Amino acid sequence: MDLNIIWFVLIAVLYIGFFLLEGFDFGVGILLPFLGKDDKTRRMMINTIGPHWDGNEVWLLTAGGATFAAFPHWYATMFSAFYLALFLLLLTLIARGVAFEFRSKDAHPRWRAVWDWCIFVGSLVPPLLLGVAFANMMRGMPIDATMTYTGGFFNLLNPYALVTGLMAVALCVLHGAIFLSLKTTGALQEASRKTAWRAWPAAIALVILAIIGTYLSTEIVSHLGINPGIEPIAGFVTLLVAGYFIRKKLDTWAFVMTGLTIALTVVTAFMILFPQVMVSSTDPAYSLTIYNAASSPYTLRVMTIVALIFVPIVLGYQIWSFWVFRERITEESVLEY
Amino acid sequence: MDVMTLARLQFAVTTVYHFFFVPLTLGLSIIVALMQTLYVRTNREVYKDMTKFWGKLFVINFAMGVVTGIVQEFQFGMNWSEYSRFVGDIFGAPLAIEALLAFFLESTFLGLWIFGWDKLSKRVHLLSIWLVAIASNLSALWILIANSFMQQPVGYVINNGRAEMTDFFAVVFNPNIWTQFPHVIASGLTTAAFFILGISAYHLLRRPQDNAVFQRSFQIAAIVGLLGTVGVVMSGHSQMQHLVTSQPMKVAAAEALWQTEDPAGLSLLTIGNLQGQEVFSIRIPSLLSLLALDQLQGTVRGINDLQAEFEQNFGPGDYTPPVFITYWSFRAMVGAGILMLVANVYALLLVMGEQLGDKPKFLRFFIWLIPLPYIANTTGWFLTEFGRYPWIVYGLMKLENAVSISVSSGMVILSLVGFTLIYGVLMVATIYLMLKYGRQSGQPEPIEAPVGAPAVSLIGD
Repeated sequence: MDLNIIWFVLIAVLYIGFFLLEGFDFGVGILLPFLGKDDKTRRMMINTIGPHWDGNEVWLLTAGGATFAAFPHWYATMFSAFYLALFLLLLTLIARGVAFEFRSKDAHPRWRAVWDWCIFVGSLVPPLLLGVAFANMMRGMPIDATMTYTGGFFNLLNPYALVTGLMAVALCVLHGAIFLSLKTTGALQEASRKTAWRAWPAAIALVILAIIGTYLSTEIVSHLGINPGIEPIAGFVTLLVAGYFIRKKLDTWAFVMTGLTIALTVVTAFMILFPQVMVSSTDPAYSLTIYNAASSPYTLRVMTIVALIFVPIVLGYQIWSFWVFRERITEESVLEY
Repeated sequence: MDVMTLARLQFAVTTVYHFFFVPLTLGLSIIVALMQTLYVRTNREVYKDMTKFWGKLFVINFAMGVVTGIVQEFQFGMNWSEYSRFVGDIFGAPLAIEALLAFFLESTFLGLWIFGWDKLSKRVHLLSIWLVAIASNLSALWILIANSFMQQPVGYVINNGRAEMTDFFAVVFNPNIWTQFPHVIASGLTTAAFFILGISAYHLLRRPQDNAVFQRSFQIAAIVGLLGTVGVVMSGHSQMQHLVTSQPMKVAAAEALWQTEDPAGLSLLTIGNLQGQEVFSIRIPSLLSLLALDQLQGTVRGINDLQAEFEQNFGPGDYTPPVFITYWSFRAMVGAGILMLVANVYALLLVMGEQLGDKPKFLRFFIWLIPLPYIANTTGWFLTEFGRYPWIVYGLMKLENAVSISVSSGMVILSLVGFTLIYGVLMVATIYLMLKYGRQSGQPEPIEAPVGAPAVSLIGD
């Protein structure tokens, strides 16, 4: 396997880590106004993700940095093409991050209400935008021979991309509701389970729409075939199975299933792209691939060594951190946020 | 305005704003870790109160540093995509390493530190804040390694129309980093020290006696601050000496030295017409030669000569940085630095004379000195970045070739206005919280709820 493929896989891994982890804390943020009827409940919800959201978000930053290091042309074309989308992503992520830290540092109801609103919008918009971005990269965008994006903002808002964005939001809501069921007790836990049960069919419907869109709009058939293989199918099956576990109140297993669904969805997206990273709708010859967008072999070698050493270490202490905070948040818990 | 000017303006706004928070994070993380170390060693409550008090302000500041840092990482690709293509092979590596080594470490362990007071053993909890401090400063190292390539490209070859890395260790051990990194670390310590001195002074004026939290804080800050201010001056001096050979134009622009001189005098006040003629100037003879070259004689090259040399090597064009900005930035930075050194010595005298409890006359000045390091930090980066004009990568790529092609000026105006607005609002909120928590007494708050009994865990349900 050459280093270009390794880096393509590694970036997929970073996005999997990001959607798997930040996926549930986006979900918790989106559910905040719906499940958090009073301030105490909202605080409990936020504290379930309190120690983790920042570390979760770093997966996205690392994915961005890794793209820059391993595939500079991908980074350059993607970030300039999605200029306004990324600007919105940044604004909402900024507001969200500050909101977690600031909201409970003052008791005034209006102060808290503003930050809660930031948490909601800041959790809703990023998965939507990232879903739109990935769909467009798979669907193809007007890119010329110099790897320059020639379209505008509204090229990105096609039905397929919007459906994929909504699907990403729905999966985050489902994943987040199950996470809340796992991390809380009593009334909040019951409400979370109920929400998960309601979100589940919506997620299935949006996933089906996205699958149809993927067959209509991307190169899935030529790359994977009509029968796309085990990974995409397993991704859908795990989503179906998740419903069974939600019903049976087996939260841990339901969480594992939605986690698998999210991971396999990212895997599928990368499989459809491979070996391209951004498809050109202008001329397939202009598409960015893991070869024409890549760094030099020397840089890829250096970065591979760095990644092989540090990714396992990061995984180790992040898992340990989840272990440290394994207890559920109850009415009696000390709430830092 | 054209896209390049707007993109530069946005980079300036977002970077200066980001760097309001970074130095305090760098320095305060270390000082809070020191305070907590004292607590764990001595078991005295005063150190715990100090850790909690400054820790709260640290966390507020840290959050702002984190969220504004995301913009920095995205901005290269968004606004400077041609730059990203040209240097990505080299520049992307330290950025990715920064995220992998530093961002993960600081964010995960800050979470453990904030939420782990009752969940971790005392030692592991202490280790967490030290890891946050180490990771923050490590992050500064890697981003400065990236910046150093822009100041002084090393370890590369031009291939396939871009700069490709040939030697990772040459990039990491860039000669520029040896003076720049200590300068930034020392300025972080200085910023944190003056932050603590100022807030402690406020509390010591209100309650001079029986106020151990702020007496001790003042003492620690005075000592750390001396390390910081002396470190800043020494590393800054060697930085200038390094620049004499690596970027002579920056030195000339910092001094508004239009004509090459031997020996060169240090400008105290120079007013010129920016076309290369001095209207008025007071210079101390030979001092610039002495500072730059360690000798009374010696040539320091002027802007006009360097401009001619650049034109010869790179073709016609403007190679002169905005001298007004570089000259006055340099003076503001050095002036603030000298003032802080003096104030810091005074703080130490107060500590040694054990006068903190008797409302010393000049104590209230420390409250007003809090902005000084911020002025120095900002003007320092002004000099560093404006002084490299017109290069985005010194000698290799000009700013005008670096900007994104597919991004229109309307888009940049939108994002510039958007960032400026949200940053403005957040600054108000941050200052509000800083004032609120900075004014609190430093005594522990009553615990609002008892620690809950361990409920059912994640696994097995």
